[in-house]
Amino acid sequence: MIQADGLRKSFRGKPALDGFDLEVPEGVIYGLLGPNGAGKTTAVRILTTLLAHDAGTARVAGYDVARQPKQVRRSIGLVGQHAAVDEILSGRQNLELFGRLYQLSPRQARRRAEELLERFGLADTGSKPVKHYSGGMRRRLDLAASLILSPPVLFLDEPTTGLDPRSRSQVWQSVRELGATVLLTTQYLEEADQLADRIAVIDAGRVVAEGTPAELKSRLGGDRLDVVVRREEALERAARALSSIAGTAAETDRDTRRVSVPVSDRIAAITAALSVLGEDVEDIAVRRPTLDEVFLDLTDRDQTGGHGAKSEKEAGV
Amino acid sequence: MTALADGWTVARRDLLHWVAQPIGAVFGLIFPVFITLVFGYLFGGAVAVPPGADYFAFLMPGMYGMTMLFGLSATMIAVTTDLDRGVMDRFRSLPMASSGVLLGRCIADMLQSAVLLVLMLGCGLAVGWRPEGGLAGAAAAVGLLLLLRFALLWAGIYLGLVVREQGALLAVQTLEFPVGFLSNAFVAPGTMPGWLGALAEWNPMSSTVAAVRELFGNPSWGGESWVAQHAVLMAVVWPVALAAVFFPLSVRAFRRLGR
Repeated sequence: MIQADGLRKSFRGKPALDGFDLEVPEGVIYGLLGPNGAGKTTAVRILTTLLAHDAGTARVAGYDVARQPKQVRRSIGLVGQHAAVDEILSGRQNLELFGRLYQLSPRQARRRAEELLERFGLADTGSKPVKHYSGGMRRRLDLAASLILSPPVLFLDEPTTGLDPRSRSQVWQSVRELGATVLLTTQYLEEADQLADRIAVIDAGRVVAEGTPAELKSRLGGDRLDVVVRREEALERAARALSSIAGTAAETDRDTRRVSVPVSDRIAAITAALSVLGEDVEDIAVRRPTLDEVFLDLTDRDQTGGHGAKSEKEAGV
Repeated sequence: MTALADGWTVARRDLLHWVAQPIGAVFGLIFPVFITLVFGYLFGGAVAVPPGADYFAFLMPGMYGMTMLFGLSATMIAVTTDLDRGVMDRFRSLPMASSGVLLGRCIADMLQSAVLLVLMLGCGLAVGWRPEGGLAGAAAAVGLLLLLRFALLWAGIYLGLVVREQGALLAVQTLEFPVGFLSNAFVAPGTMPGWLGALAEWNPMSSTVAAVRELFGNPSWGGESWVAQHAVLMAVVWPVALAAVFFPLSVRAFRRLGR
């Protein structure tokens, strides 16, 4: 449903997208993850016809974004980083306004507004000016406005930025119930983990990794062993012990007194760690890597020189 | 056709704003009324007017011009706000005529300015100003004022689309005053130092205000220069020239949002 091949875009000579490829199958919620400035928003703006690209091709719902922008616009909904709704108008007036601009008749626009207010739990507050809405209500109205034509493809650019956890899970719930093809950009790894069927990690304008959340996590080499020691003085001994058990350098977090290594045999690793460290162990756990770790591993190499992350990855693969 | 329908839909949004917040619709009156009162009652006594003439008869046409001039920043605010809030992006991602976005701004702002102008004319009547040039003259005067507003509208759209620095809006709002003062709106350019007076006479504001005085049959500051002698002609030429510059610039800037 969404296809991008070798998209390039520069702003004043600085590349924002540098050979961006993407393939989003129908019905999939697809997460686009990346640090600030990686090119997520540029990609979304090109795919939604808001921005012209310099090179490459992109098709959305079967239409070329450069040559058939009108058809693309009729097939998509866009929820941008700001809740792009009118503050002074009521929720109902907003939906009617956008409905008219989607070329619905006044009667159709009114009926569609009612349906969407109902569906997004805004029926009671539909007549209130949007400036009295909570952040979560605004986002739901924004989402409703992008669904006026029930588009087959939906673009959500950081849809929960600035929302409290409760509003965030409400928006997530709404997105899950859509049943449309969704391209979602986010900085929240948890959001991608919760919502996305597949994820592409984008860095410096190109996709550096792609797969299901589970696949991406397994790239970091399966499970990780975390040991929290009782005293800070024991950290170094614990790090040495875990490194020798795992056969790779352990990561130490001084503030939380935690030492962490990737392991392949969970039970053997726990047993070995307990027998070597004994009394010093306050807490011990084996867990899957978090998406955060995958993300940092994939995108942090340039900034940090990537010593720890890189060696870990090489050990893991 | 779609462009016109979409433009009207976009403009209707502003009209709904006025219904929801009537104060917002007449917000543009605060400054002109305030300045009318300050100049009319505080400074007016110190302004040299021909014997027997009332300062308000000079001042009000100037204030009508100022009301149009303040529209520049009003348009700029509206455009910038829509850009910042992402409303412009939403419009641009809709299957609507893209010209409808600017057309809607144009319709809404012209309507609002027409309403403000009518209210200002009412204020003028209240402080003793009278139109004495007949109905045709009065209609022509209103037409020229709205023509100036139309030219400033496109300048406002252009600035709103292009100038993205913070504080730019404040700069434009602040500059509206010197532009207004450096014209024949408040005092006769003849009382200014020579070069400054010439500048004031060539200010497009001055042409409109002088033409409006002439058409309303109000007393005028006169002036010997060619531009002062051809006020009505220049009150058409200046706005048309400004619009001819800023309309294409605005359209180009709007298209450039997608570059």
